[in-house]
Amino acid sequence: MYSTDLRTDAEKKSAGEALRSVEDAAFLAAFQKRIDDGAIIEPKDDMPEKYRKTLTRQISQHAHSEIIGMLPEGNWVTRAPSLKRKMILLAKIQDEAGHGLYLYSAAETLGTKRDDMVADLLSGKAKYSTIFTYPTPSWADMGTVGWLVDGAAITNQIPLCRCSYGPYARAMVRVCKEESFHQRQGYEVVTVLARGTAEQKKMAQESLDRIWWPSLMMFGPSDAGQVSQNMKWKIKRHSNDELRQRFIDATVPQAEILGLKIPDPDLKWNEERGSYDIGEINWDEFWGVIKGGGTCGKMRIRDRKTAHKDGEWVRAAAAAYAEKQERKHSAIAAE
Amino acid sequence: MSKSETSQALCAMPTSDEMTYVLRLADNAMILGQRLAEMCGHAPEMELDIALTNFSLDLIGQAALLYDCVLARENLAPNSDVLAMTREQSQYLSCLLVAQPNVDFAHIIVRHYMFVTFQKRQYEALLSSKDKQLAAIAEKALKEIAYQIRFSKAWVLRLGDGTDESHERMVEAVDCLWRYSGELFDKDDVLCSVIGSGLTADFTNGYQNWQDEVSDVFAEATLNIPSDTHMLMGGYLGKQEDHLGHILVDMQYMQLKYPNLEW
Ligand SMILES: [Fe+2]
Ligand SMILES: [Fe+2]
Repeated sequence: MYSTDLRTDAEKKSAGEALRSVEDAAFLAAFQKRIDDGAIIEPKDDMPEKYRKTLTRQISQHAHSEIIGMLPEGNWVTRAPSLKRKMILLAKIQDEAGHGLYLYSAAETLGTKRDDMVADLLSGKAKYSTIFTYPTPSWADMGTVGWLVDGAAITNQIPLCRCSYGPYARAMVRVCKEESFHQRQGYEVVTVLARGTAEQKKMAQESLDRIWWPSLMMFGPSDAGQVSQNMKWKIKRHSNDELRQRFIDATVPQAEILGLKIPDPDLKWNEERGSYDIGEINWDEFWGVIKGGGTCGKMRIRDRKTAHKDGEWVRAAAAAYAEKQERKHSAIAAE
Repeated sequence: MSKSETSQALCAMPTSDEMTYVLRLADNAMILGQRLAEMCGHAPEMELDIALTNFSLDLIGQAALLYDCVLARENLAPNSDVLAMTREQSQYLSCLLVAQPNVDFAHIIVRHYMFVTFQKRQYEALLSSKDKQLAAIAEKALKEIAYQIRFSKAWVLRLGDGTDESHERMVEAVDCLWRYSGELFDKDDVLCSVIGSGLTADFTNGYQNWQDEVSDVFAEATLNIPSDTHMLMGGYLGKQEDHLGHILVDMQYMQLKYPNLEW
């Protein structure tokens, strides 16, 4: 997911060791008690360093994903097939940029500057959701991305609206409202295609074939049975598998209504569980994407780096101008 | 029917000066909106990305209303998507300025500031139009234009009077783009005709006032308007430069590849 922990085991281990034993047990226990009692943690509150670090990583990674996520959709904005679709897509991309900014602000309340977070994204140190490394070669992908990717995002983010960290929880409330709008619009794009000509229907099916498995990977590898620190701190409330299952159970019937086929021969309804069973997810592909950037990862970062570099002189000019104005005003005030 | 005949048949051109004029308004908004959409995800700052996307959205929204307005009066195409996205390059009646490329943020800002300060005058002249629908479109758009003027003016000042580099880039952008300002206020036959018919008031008498306003802002930004400029024109007559063709390749791709479908 946008906020799934994408660090490798080695990265997780070294981060953990660095922080161990710095804080005393009494403080940690008191903090845990506050969380257990349902307290909402605010920026000025004392918090364990690991809580701060974990949230900074999670929220900034979520912000990066929103910003990188603009690129596969921007890829179609100049080619959108109708004025209405073009406007809807522009509005959606604008929303995603807004989510990015909003989330960077939420992360900044934990003490890290946006510029530093962005620098980590550009250097490759910070991660973003694997889903945005996949290509969007057809118009149908603009529908499928909204339907599945925004759909999966909502599934993950609704529980985060009750996250223990106040600024993140509040950001999620606002973001979820817009994501569910995007999900409906995406589904509508796919609906029109599925009910259109044979060519359009083919476009929709091929897109579903491309994006189905990557959208399931968005929830991250199985962590069933582990009661993690994040769960105790109420940064995470459900296992990855549980959220993935929720998404599958909601989405399969939506595909059926459209007469589209989920590209999984092992998919079947499990009467006993009251859920769908699915085939095996190719986690090699997932880790390959995290390590090597998949099809578009290198291009996405290159695009962001270019934009950032193109912006250097603009930022410098804005800063120089602001300073000149400041000097002018203080000169007037001194007179 | 041969293949070339089917592609010709998608869309016709207006027969009246009035709808020719409205089509110019629509194409101006459409082409600039399309240009700005290219910046989506690539602007120099995230906040600027949001602003440019927003302006693109405003402009394409204006274009959509104007295309519908044309179609309600002349049956040129089955819908506004076909009208907007299938014509021959020479049938686009946008001024040359709006198709100018996104060379850098200086070009984007100078182009935008020049265009929206002009568009304000052009749309104000529609408020008293005999065509109430057109007047209503203009009234709505003017609210969007007011914000875009404030935004682009602020950036003209920052970039013009920022650093040496930003100043240099602005000088280059003004030098390049000023040549397209003459066309904006050119009172040609079509414009004379629609002023005569009461579709629009004559905004060309505001040319001097526009030049004064722009040169004042430029002066504050330590920029000069180039003197003795040879103005480049022809877009309003469909004599387009190379740039538009590249815009159309993207903009028309789906409508031409899959004609007459619903999306
Ligand atoms: Fe988002
Ligand atoms: Fe979204």
